[in-house]
Amino acid sequence: MKKGVNNLKDLKWKVGGAQGEGIDSTGEIFAITLNRMGYYLFAYRHFMSLIKGGHTNYKVRIASQPVHYHGDDLDILLAFDQRTIDENFHELKDGSILIYDSSKLKEAKIPDQGKKVNVCPIPIYDIAQQLGNSIMKNMVAAGASCAAVGLEPSVFHEVIEGIFQKKGENIINANKEAIKKGYDYYKENFNFKLELPEKTGKPNKNLFMTGNEGIGLGALTAGCRFLAAYPITPATEIMYNALAHFPRFGGKIIQAEDEIAACLMAIGGNYAGVRSMTSTSGPGLSLMMEALGLAGISETPLVIVDVQRGGPATGLPTKTEQSDLNEMIYGSHGEIPRIVITPTTAEEAFYYIQHAFNLAEKYQCPVIVGTDMFMGMSKKSISDLDFGKIKINRDEIISDEELQKIEKGMFKRYNLETKTGISPRSIPGQKNGRYVALGNEHEETGYEIEDPETRVKMMDKRMRKLKHFDPSEIGIYFSGEDQFDILLIGFGSTFAQIDEAYQELKEKGEKVAHLQVKVVYPFPRKIVGEQIQKAAKVFVVDHNATGQLRQLIQKEVGYHEKLTSILKYDGNPFSVREIVNGVLGKGVNA
Amino acid sequence: MATLKDFRVSEKATWCPGCGHFTVLAALQAASANLGIEPYNMVLVSGIGCSGKISQHFGSYGFHSLHGRTLPVATGVQLNNHDLVVVAAGGDGDGYGIGIGHFMHALRRNIDMTYIVMDNHIYGLTTGQTSPTSHRGFKSKTSPAGSAEEPVRPVQTAIINGASFVAQAFSGDVKQMTRIMEEAIRHKGFSLINAFSPCVTFNKVNTYDWFKENIYNLDEIIDYDPTDKFAALRVLEDHGSVVTGVIYQEERPVYHEAMIGATKDPTVKLDLTLQAEEIEAIKNSLR
Repeated sequence: MKKGVNNLKDLKWKVGGAQGEGIDSTGEIFAITLNRMGYYLFAYRHFMSLIKGGHTNYKVRIASQPVHYHGDDLDILLAFDQRTIDENFHELKDGSILIYDSSKLKEAKIPDQGKKVNVCPIPIYDIAQQLGNSIMKNMVAAGASCAAVGLEPSVFHEVIEGIFQKKGENIINANKEAIKKGYDYYKENFNFKLELPEKTGKPNKNLFMTGNEGIGLGALTAGCRFLAAYPITPATEIMYNALAHFPRFGGKIIQAEDEIAACLMAIGGNYAGVRSMTSTSGPGLSLMMEALGLAGISETPLVIVDVQRGGPATGLPTKTEQSDLNEMIYGSHGEIPRIVITPTTAEEAFYYIQHAFNLAEKYQCPVIVGTDMFMGMSKKSISDLDFGKIKINRDEIISDEELQKIEKGMFKRYNLETKTGISPRSIPGQKNGRYVALGNEHEETGYEIEDPETRVKMMDKRMRKLKHFDPSEIGIYFSGEDQFDILLIGFGSTFAQIDEAYQELKEKGEKVAHLQVKVVYPFPRKIVGEQIQKAAKVFVVDHNATGQLRQLIQKEVGYHEKLTSILKYDGNPFSVREIVNGVLGKGVNA
Repeated sequence: MATLKDFRVSEKATWCPGCGHFTVLAALQAASANLGIEPYNMVLVSGIGCSGKISQHFGSYGFHSLHGRTLPVATGVQLNNHDLVVVAAGGDGDGYGIGIGHFMHALRRNIDMTYIVMDNHIYGLTTGQTSPTSHRGFKSKTSPAGSAEEPVRPVQTAIINGASFVAQAFSGDVKQMTRIMEEAIRHKGFSLINAFSPCVTFNKVNTYDWFKENIYNLDEIIDYDPTDKFAALRVLEDHGSVVTGVIYQEERPVYHEAMIGATKDPTVKLDLTLQAEEIEAIKNSLR
């Protein structure tokens, strides 16, 4: 057999099979091990809205520097069934490796796509059976994979010991044996090997975290001690993360009866003086709309996390999309001040949720943090997180001393005498701080009114609050020279693929720049306008069907003729190829 | 020490003259003062509609929320500061129509709060439509030929689904109502008071006189045992649910002591700093 060694900057590995067969566990064991070794990983989970059967896969990109995307193509495919081969073969490159379980799939049908793929049938299931338990086929597969990338089976030992620590020595040894068997079978029968990229991180240093975990841990760091939520894919992991970490610090989690209740409980918690949040996805966000308005008019801080998925209605519950942008910005009847933040990576989710809590309390309005399934459920290696970077700021809560200075019963919670529109709030339990928070229009102490004059003053007060908020102080990303022809714009998690497309276009000699919006509302009009003005052509990368970001830019900034959409709404994350082709006029799906 | 005066506000209530809600407000003010509660340690969360206005007319902290959404807001308040006395107040349309889902779940959680529902069998502020507790055959603007629906049975629902204190009161008897409110607030757990509070403007059927004629008052029954669930359901069945007094009471663990993350001190009083070793432990969980 021929020996093929590629010098890759990265290596992409994927395991796939029917759901409920431990595909995720195989992927996790492989990925956690490599992360601990000091590689930089990005792991993407593809799954379906069913429990057993169907097709699921777990893809890991291994690189020598941080990556935020799992890559367009594939070096190693580990297939437990024919469907995995059929659905993923097109990703394999020339010289790549296909390992499949030949126990049940005696004669795998290998598509002919005019590329050279090294096919390695291994009776994975049978080997596991011989060891006494077919469940260990995942370990056999992991063993074969480590042989294919030139690692020793012992690298998995620590992770195995951690996972099966409660199950005892026998189970641990059996699993180690299974890894060895898979490894040996590959070594004895095949000699194609793909090299891993250079390892640049220190062992046991890198964190391995999803966007959802970033949100949960960031909220904890921000002093959030109450999460009210309703289970929904792909946001439920935020609840799991909170359940794992909040209770140690007295933080509380409640599974509400629905998203309406969840959002209102979070409003109640914030009103009571505890930083509180709710996490959901599109369908839940739709149910929260009236509550969003309540937080706005009653000037109660509120943080909502929307992990977007394919809509509308139940839509694509296990697929990714960025189609809630309009709802996050315009949702709820009437008009309220609000902030909408769209972090670009898992670590940014950790930092930006902390900003969200500070902003919600400063401006006493709802702050929506919009992520998506791609970023929320994918895991990536991060060098470190700085838990002290963003300080908790609760300046807009009135002190007991100040309340004592006010004439008894005369506290004006909604004081109109404010330049900024912000009026300090009291917390129940504070003497002389009595007020009523209202969903009705009200006067300064919180008594409902209907007279035109007070209504206009109160409306103006609320709307004034964000007049001096500069969205770019939270962050906006720009990369490029001073002069350029092509400008790529996106928001949130598309940062990763746009960044790689930008690098590729630069290598092709295009004069290109990349702008990623991280606070979409209030919109960073000035900066976006300045950059668009310089460009001859602007491509707005929108993970939705109607070009919601493009429409927003046209409304806020203008330049209608300059903007072209690059759209995607099939449920899968953008590929770099699609963006490059979109720019080069080959059509998005060329 | 707070007095009755501290639970009053300067603005006059905007209810129609003779509205039953005036009695509910007065009874709640008297009960709170009698219990020695400080108004700044109390939160009254209300929905909307005529009943929803009560939070503005009452001297404690208040939250006049959304239609049918009183209970989740009150739950959020109570779980984050269990030192506060939390009272939720709504109407029959608000609480048993749009809000009945939240009602079911607040019951089974046994949240430590008192829920007062001003039940007048009609929608008042929207000018007289059939409500979830309107009787079959009830004529209104939205059921001109008479309602074809059975009324909701909130009190039976509460007993079956886990309320640990269930009572009914009547705006024609302020003394009994005040006493029941005191007991409800003192009770540790979810207390429902369904308060018959006649709408003098739109409901010409279920008037003060109608209630007086039909009420079966448990205070007059010497051997009534409020801990007997089946007796409670039977007495309601026998008297068309028009029964006043404490109907059912039991002791059960309250939610804020049983929930995940439960703390002795209220959440609002916790220190928010993360120690270096705690941060390191969190980081290790990600490796």
